[in-house]
Amino acid sequence: MELLSGAEMVVRFLRDEGVKYVYGYPGGALLHLYDALFKEKELTHILVRHEQAATHMADGYARATGKAGVVFVTSGPGATNAITGIATAFMDSIPMVVISGQVTSSLIGSDAFQEVDMVGISRPIVKHSFMVRHASEIPEIMRKAFYIAESGRPGPVVIDIPKDTCNPAEKFEYTFPEKVKLRSYNPVQRGHSGQIRKAVELLLSAKRPIICSGGGVILGHAAAQLTELARRLKLPVSNTLMGLGGYPGSDKQFIGMPGMHGSYTANMVMHHSDVILAVGMRFDDRVTNDISKFCPNAKIIHIDIDPASISKTIRADIPIVGPVDNVLTEMIAVVNELSKEANEKALIDWWKQIDEWRSKGLFPYDKENETIIKPEFVIDTLYEVTKDRDTYVTSDVGQHQMFAAQHYLFDKPNRWINSGGLGTMGFGFPAAMGIKLNFPDADVACVTGEGSIQMNIQELSTCLQYDLPVKVICLNNGVLGMVRQWQDMQYNSRYSHSYMTSLPDFKKLVESYGHVGIGVEKATDLKDAMQEAFAMKDRLVFMDIKTDASEHVYPMQIRDGSMRDMWLSKTERT
Amino acid sequence: MRHIISLLMENEPGALSRVVGLFSQRNYNIESLTVAATEDPTVSRLTLTTQGKPEVIEQITKNLNKLIEVVKLVNLSESEHIERELLLIKVKATGAQRSEVKRTVDIFRGQIVDVTPNLYIVQLSGSTSKVDNFIATIGSMSTIVEVVRTGVTGISRADKVLSI
Repeated sequence: MELLSGAEMVVRFLRDEGVKYVYGYPGGALLHLYDALFKEKELTHILVRHEQAATHMADGYARATGKAGVVFVTSGPGATNAITGIATAFMDSIPMVVISGQVTSSLIGSDAFQEVDMVGISRPIVKHSFMVRHASEIPEIMRKAFYIAESGRPGPVVIDIPKDTCNPAEKFEYTFPEKVKLRSYNPVQRGHSGQIRKAVELLLSAKRPIICSGGGVILGHAAAQLTELARRLKLPVSNTLMGLGGYPGSDKQFIGMPGMHGSYTANMVMHHSDVILAVGMRFDDRVTNDISKFCPNAKIIHIDIDPASISKTIRADIPIVGPVDNVLTEMIAVVNELSKEANEKALIDWWKQIDEWRSKGLFPYDKENETIIKPEFVIDTLYEVTKDRDTYVTSDVGQHQMFAAQHYLFDKPNRWINSGGLGTMGFGFPAAMGIKLNFPDADVACVTGEGSIQMNIQELSTCLQYDLPVKVICLNNGVLGMVRQWQDMQYNSRYSHSYMTSLPDFKKLVESYGHVGIGVEKATDLKDAMQEAFAMKDRLVFMDIKTDASEHVYPMQIRDGSMRDMWLSKTERT
Repeated sequence: MRHIISLLMENEPGALSRVVGLFSQRNYNIESLTVAATEDPTVSRLTLTTQGKPEVIEQITKNLNKLIEVVKLVNLSESEHIERELLLIKVKATGAQRSEVKRTVDIFRGQIVDVTPNLYIVQLSGSTSKVDNFIATIGSMSTIVEVVRTGVTGISRADKVLSI
């Protein structure tokens, strides 16, 4: 058996676990660990410029692969800088293992230099956390951390490591722990068969059914099963913001995303439905609008791996706790076994009604405008240029995020990467970097705004160091678009601090890092410029695209209304 | 309605803070909390009382179950159970009051565990309502100097057992 120091164990464990990249930033409490990393050849460390970006890089990788991303941050400010990224991962159930340095055990609690109670400060935003008390615990704790992060409903796990437990002079026996023992944690492996049968029978008898599928379908690798069930039963499908790509966006049974900025069709279908099959979605308030008015005639079948998500806001009539892939597979089997068809006649009427709603177009906008670039047009163009390539699209948070979600048609899971739960500005760019690093042959586009990009723009430097040729599509309207939209609609256009003065010349800025900048000011130039950007496979290209600041995201649900209460444009409402 | 939730959790540093943190973080209230190790030193038993509608209690139990350290959980108030609180109360007792206080303590089957010329300390165990009653009664005949209550602890009746 090998003798290793605590620091060497951390590094060796990561290699044995199959981790290729860790994202991080060194500091005093972590120096033993970084020294062990220096000698390690198979594990690559990516030095970011800010710890928040390290967590988002790990997160982007995790969202694209389903495997936990790994982060190293030092004690104190390193740890606190990582908090936003941990919370982002927590809200969207993303597997992540964050290793934070801690001051030497004997100093803990003394307000030592760069000391912060990381376990305490992160407690509400982690799936679990560990404090290492002795070096010999490290392999087992790390094994548990990965298991907890990746299984059941995934989430971030923090391991706080006091500096002395990494002391290079003290060596202990190391073996990779193959098995995990956790008597108090046993994620459900399969759904209840009786409930599954009841659910299928209800679906088959439904007259106005709909499937609403969320991020759980992506995380649970259940897109194929979802698609099969939906096609078999000819059901309309609405993917939530986190579920985009779970069912093909270009398919005719897809009716757009539901909720605050959902399509008119999806929201009308939801409101008028008699059965909603909710799969791996959690009835977030951005989906439901006022829950007391939510879908008055719908019976709800809710499948989720997390029992606490079921009946949290919307009462489920048939709750099914279990992994979505398993439950959907079972449902398909029951459908086949019952050899009953869905309510054919009612479905024909239902689709007739749905197509009538759909005839308004899912997300209409003024396509003819050539004087000013409409943000929707940028996304449509991005889709045109990249739809036949293997493309990942990340986004930041704001209007551009909603336009991307509405207008880019995701046909595959894990290709749409955005911060849905926490709504973190600054997420998109580092997330794109994490994906590009792990999928060098794929195209990775970060759709952002001039507000969001400036929250982690320092990572242009990291991109230079590690040669990460992502494409940044910056919808630059010179204002904080979503804030301004709300100020227009709810604060009588009082634009309190929603404008950006003294913007940098982004083109020159990125050029100073050795990247390529392209400015676009005319709609007619856009497509060529975008093709040019994606043709440069080996260069980071930053497209600074001047877009219409007055454009709003529509539809927009009317506050405290039902699913069907929407603004359809600045003047038209349902 | 008041609920008594009893749970077994890993006897590890930080486990209690996760349970307590869950309540404040999700805007639930803890009315009382008792916790100690069991006959198995790796396990702590925690009993807490909280108020809430059935939906809230459902969310509380689901979220407690999600905590990695929580091994098992039961809502004691859903079935027959025995619950107790321990009260230590210090009251003024001088002159004729002394025998009156003593009589009341006897009626409630409490014990006087400390005596000074002017004060008694009374120990009493029972259900929350019995303890409430006793405090009200003793307060009407004497001055209460100090009250210490443990909060509720409880166990299911008959064959029902919460164990690993």
